[in-house]
Amino acid sequence: MNLLLKLLPLALFVALAGFLAKGLTLDPAELPSPLIDKPAPAFLVARLPRTPEHSAAQDFNSNELAGQVWVLNVWASWCGPCVQEHPYLVRLAQQRSVPLVGLNYKDQPADAQQWLARLGDPFTHLLDDRRGDVGLDWGVYGVPETFVIDHEGRVRYKHVGPVDEASLLEKLLPIIDELQNEAG
Amino acid sequence: MRLTLLLLIALLFQTVTLVQSANSADEIVSFDDPVQREMYYALLKEYRCLKCQNQNLSDSNASLAGDLRREIRDQILAGKGRTDIDDYLVARYGEFVLYRPRFGGKTAVLWIAPFALLVLALGAMVLFIRRSRQSQSDDARVMPVGAAQHLDRRLEKARRLLKE
Repeated sequence: MNLLLKLLPLALFVALAGFLAKGLTLDPAELPSPLIDKPAPAFLVARLPRTPEHSAAQDFNSNELAGQVWVLNVWASWCGPCVQEHPYLVRLAQQRSVPLVGLNYKDQPADAQQWLARLGDPFTHLLDDRRGDVGLDWGVYGVPETFVIDHEGRVRYKHVGPVDEASLLEKLLPIIDELQNEAG
Repeated sequence: MRLTLLLLIALLFQTVTLVQSANSADEIVSFDDPVQREMYYALLKEYRCLKCQNQNLSDSNASLAGDLRREIRDQILAGKGRTDIDDYLVARYGEFVLYRPRFGGKTAVLWIAPFALLVLALGAMVLFIRRSRQSQSDDARVMPVGAAQHLDRRLEKARRLLKE
């Protein structure tokens, strides 16, 4: 009993140190999304023409994608990390047949078009969220953000910050494969 | 030389304060109803800016904070109440957006833990005091003899010193 009491401060210290050590490895900018496993917010938004010469097609309605697994990437030409992430989105589009929706967030169309002409355009659907309304409904707080939506229209995964090699190979691709299997 | 340096420093401080006051006054919001107006400014202090996490919506200059201020203003003008706006923000950004988290589920620990710790600490203190009182009263029955002898010895010593 006495020994236990003497060891108590040590035990408390070890527990505290454990919590603090765990805290060091967490990124405080990465918030858990309340949208996970919830129905994805529906939206109707203008498409962004691929080049200035193209005219804008009909508005895009998110229920066009009902019944399939899809990926939503929120990006902007003013966003530095988006440049870093872009090659991995291109790879994602090459390696999996999954609709990749690019939501151009609070951006100027001309800037966005130039940016895509320079870096490549992997997006199945390119959307223009100039005012950030769709972003607001999806709880976007930092660009880039990437969501994976399942065939039942639920958000199943959210990645905050640039997608890199590790997050593409270890998270996004396996999750897409798993959800596509689930969909059958 | 020293004077110019002082002037420079003063100038620097002034520009800093000018920049700061420019930040928060970048949008003009008008309400016809003073109650709504008060609610708007009070609410802005209750929500966290997700982009710059240690600022509230009224302090933050991030563009997301601007959007959220606009959204909150629109909702107030549409006659929505505090709980509606709380729900709107929590549905999108999670409990973290509220500086004063609501009670329930995941946040219960936040609310209960401080009081639980207080009760625990008070309990430990009471126990400790009781125990030390008990041992004091145990000692009290034995001590007088020893203490008296000790006192005698010291008195003796003092007397001897006085004589010398």
